[in-house]
Amino acid sequence: MEDSIYREQIIDLYDNPLNFGRLDPADFVYEEDNPLCGDVIEISVKLDDSNRVIDVMWQGQGCAISQASASLLTEEIKGKTLDEIKEFSKEELLDLLGIQLSMTRIKCALLSLKVLKAGAYGMPDPDELRKSDDD
Amino acid sequence: MIDAKRIQSDFPVLQEEAHPGIPLIYLDNAATSQKPAIVIDSMNDYYRKYNANVHRGIHRLSEEATAAYEGARKRIADFIGAKDTSSIIFVRNTTEAINLVAQTWGRANIEAGDEILLTEMEHHSNIVPWQLLAEEKGVTIRYVPFTGDGLLDISNLENLLTERTKIFAFSAMSNVFGTVNPTKKLIAAAHAVGAITLVDAAQSVPHLSVDISDLDCDFLAFSGHKMCGPTGIGILYGKRHLLEEMPPFLGGGDMIRRVTIDGSSWNDLPWKFEAGTPSIAEGIGLVAAVDYLSDVGMEQIHAHEQFITGYALEAMSEIKGIRFLGPPVAQRGGVVAFTLDGIHPHDISQVLDQYGIAIRAGHHCAMPLHQRMKLPASARASFYLYTNTEEIDQLVAGLHRVGKVFRR
Repeated sequence: MEDSIYREQIIDLYDNPLNFGRLDPADFVYEEDNPLCGDVIEISVKLDDSNRVIDVMWQGQGCAISQASASLLTEEIKGKTLDEIKEFSKEELLDLLGIQLSMTRIKCALLSLKVLKAGAYGMPDPDELRKSDDD
Repeated sequence: MIDAKRIQSDFPVLQEEAHPGIPLIYLDNAATSQKPAIVIDSMNDYYRKYNANVHRGIHRLSEEATAAYEGARKRIADFIGAKDTSSIIFVRNTTEAINLVAQTWGRANIEAGDEILLTEMEHHSNIVPWQLLAEEKGVTIRYVPFTGDGLLDISNLENLLTERTKIFAFSAMSNVFGTVNPTKKLIAAAHAVGAITLVDAAQSVPHLSVDISDLDCDFLAFSGHKMCGPTGIGILYGKRHLLEEMPPFLGGGDMIRRVTIDGSSWNDLPWKFEAGTPSIAEGIGLVAAVDYLSDVGMEQIHAHEQFITGYALEAMSEIKGIRFLGPPVAQRGGVVAFTLDGIHPHDISQVLDQYGIAIRAGHHCAMPLHQRMKLPASARASFYLYTNTEEIDQLVAGLHRVGKVFRR
């Protein structure tokens, strides 16, 4: 039987992720996890004066699907404006992955997009929130 | 010795294919077990032949339904060695049973300054109800830690279990490590400092012979669906004097003695805790499951699972990069949680599914345990009376294929 969702590119990206790390400083940083499976993704984005992505990095841990998705998504949004990011659809990301996923695995695939959009819409970084709680 | 293949023929789902042309290998029994035909048939019989509400109608069907439902209570009391049938409360599942105790006994008996003792290997269902209570009452929750191989570390128990401890709630068997905890010893230690005990028996009652009169626990909770019974039915056992002093949990029909516009008084045990129309078919189904397990024999089931678990631990140890969670086979039930280096448990489970093998991947509702192990998740194969060695061989072959897909 063919291991169809684990096509070569997914495994390559799992082993050698693109844009892995954290931008510091960044214009926004956001992190979230998938409580069902413990996948965590943080995305940090730098914008130019016209709110266009000049650099983006991500870090985290999780399954091959969530990790490959984060690499593909960060690669795709370079050069896009904040508004274009807000418009970026789930279908576009699933097309980039190019695999058929079950209901449960779609959540893995879309975690990176959820994190990116939350950041783009100005959700406060949970790390910062935690720090301000301590003050 | 159990003939697991013959037993499989009693279970309709186990005749199904996982995917076209690929037989099902079901190794997710700690999550829920499959149901033998006699359990399904017993529930069908009730709906087809004598469906009626219980404790109400004065007519033949209602009397037959009431007799079956109350007969179920007696049969379940016998199965776990409870002498008093009125100490057996029907609930939805283990989770509801523990919430019932936290919200009734807990609210009435726990005050600021008291402590609740749990363990770090608990399922969320035996953590969150206590956290809700602790937040409301301003009490402290303490946790008994575990050792590297998943045994409870009781070396410091006397500092954790003290006169401030009002209740010690712990699982008889871990749903991740599979560890069979020294339940009787822990209960005695709690009683020695005057603490009440609650045993989460969700993983033990389906697999081990449990005798409440020997354990002397104050509360014990388990679910029907993990022991060949239906979903939607579980049991809370409680000592009668505790249950009698406890306020009701849910209010409504069947739990009252008398209702006036000024107030109400409560029904006798066990019905005081059973508001509304109960899960009648599920109670009847659970008894069919108890009869089925008893016919096979709980000792035989345990021996079979010991054999399968030992076989699995040995066969799986040849997999590259495998790391087992939990103790040696002598101290564990039929649960094998593991990780593979560099491969996320979700991916393991996904690839195995393509070969018809159902395991669990994730934190198995035990996030604190995984946090302590510094693992985001694990994979878990869990066995039952119908698991056979050929299925374990298939699991091992499947794990080799997982390694190939990931080029490990």
